[in-house]
Amino acid sequence: MELSKAENIIVIKDLIKTFGDKTILDGFNLNIQKETNVVILGKSGSGKSVLIKCIIGLLQPDSGSILVFNEDITQMNEDELDQARSKIGFLFQSNALYDSMTIRENLEFPLLRHWVDIDRAEVDRLVSEALENVDLLHTLEMMPSELSGGMLKRVALARTMILRPEIILYDEPTTGLDPVTSREIENLIIKLQKKNHTSSIIISHDMNCVKNTSDLVVLLLDGKCYTQGTYEELKQSTDKNIKQFFE
Amino acid sequence: MGLVLTMQLRPSLVDYGVESQLPVMVGLAIVREIGPVITALIFAGKIGSSIGAELGSMKVTEQIDAMTVSGIKPFKYLVATRVLATTLMLPLLTILGDAISLFGAYLGVNIRSVTSFSLFFLQVFKSLNFSDVLPAITKTLFFGFAVGIVGCYKGFNSSKGTQGVGISANSAVVLSSVLIFIIDLLAVQITELLGLN
Ligand SMILES: Nc1ncnc2c1ncn2[C@@H]1O[C@H](COP(=O)(O)OP(=O)(O)O)[C@@H](O)[C@H]1O
Ligand SMILES: [Mg+2]
Repeated sequence: MELSKAENIIVIKDLIKTFGDKTILDGFNLNIQKETNVVILGKSGSGKSVLIKCIIGLLQPDSGSILVFNEDITQMNEDELDQARSKIGFLFQSNALYDSMTIRENLEFPLLRHWVDIDRAEVDRLVSEALENVDLLHTLEMMPSELSGGMLKRVALARTMILRPEIILYDEPTTGLDPVTSREIENLIIKLQKKNHTSSIIISHDMNCVKNTSDLVVLLLDGKCYTQGTYEELKQSTDKNIKQFFE
Repeated sequence: MGLVLTMQLRPSLVDYGVESQLPVMVGLAIVREIGPVITALIFAGKIGSSIGAELGSMKVTEQIDAMTVSGIKPFKYLVATRVLATTLMLPLLTILGDAISLFGAYLGVNIRSVTSFSLFFLQVFKSLNFSDVLPAITKTLFFGFAVGIVGCYKGFNSSKGTQGVGISANSAVVLSSVLIFIIDLLAVQITELLGLN
């Protein structure tokens, strides 16, 4: 058991990503172990979203490697990527719910795609279960435009979880939400993580969220992993680059 | 359009003493050029901009990324369907537009001289050859294709923010309108080369 706990499920090595002449990631390294929640802290525009979009293969880095379950995402073809992506969930910053579809259709969409031969009853059961997990079963036939920001985030979370991913990437899950709703989302993240034994990367600069959800905090600065440690460790730090996040 | 065209052409034709050719002239102008191009331009303004705006907002709210992550090829799912629809629908709309325009022309003819409905259309259709209609409708397939592709391309390449969506919608209309004129010009050359005139 101890051995499997220490297993690295994501290994990022010397990742470099540029847009034009702007270098966003400049030799980023990170190892993530099974069943841990890693929070990535960094200023707005520091490349946090770019980093997790590289992990799921939405962006192709210039160089470096990203091993997920010991396979390099950056070397995969489309089919292999689809395969790998079915084990990775992604909660988008803007939720990315399809606004022309009902909540039910939104949740069915990834199911029908990734598990082609799934039967109707099973789809219905999984959709209800996922919505029940976030207490929103009553919104099943509604459109995304009828829901509030917090509800949308919960639906998006339900959609992300529906394929039972082993890794979940959260892009600023609490940004733009009021403190009460933020706490709700954090609790859901923790609850679902316990239930499904997932590992996650959470991008955030909401220190409450960082405190509540993190096992490990990584500070992204100038495209590199500036430091890493637990919330308490970083909180004690006297380094001004670290301190500014705790003020 | 048909009505205005008729009214404006009449004085010149009267000058040359060929007023009786009015239905033929107007019919040819509408079916060969004015119907297809004007319909396509309106189509670009309405459908091109809405495709640009729709895909643009899907892009900036990360819905397109979400599809990719869910294993859907956004190109197949979003672009192919839209381009197919615009390509097939524009010819049908053009035929409808032509019909309305010709009816307008009939009214225009009737303002000054009385022609029966059947006589007018008999004259129009007698003067129209297969070689007038076919190239005209064929080019609208390309117009429709251009409107669809440009709308999708601009939408997909929207920059961040709601402002980016407006820009994509707008530039989709401008670029597809310009393309319509270019394709139209090419179409004339090609029909000529093929000796269909
Ligand atoms: N597709 C792109 N093309 C060009 N520049 C981009 C693109 N995506 C992100 N960037 C740039 O990369 C930088 C980091 O962006 P991002 O990762 O979204 O920041 P954040 O840390 O706030 O999530 C920004 O300066 C942004 O302008
Ligand atoms: Mg971001």
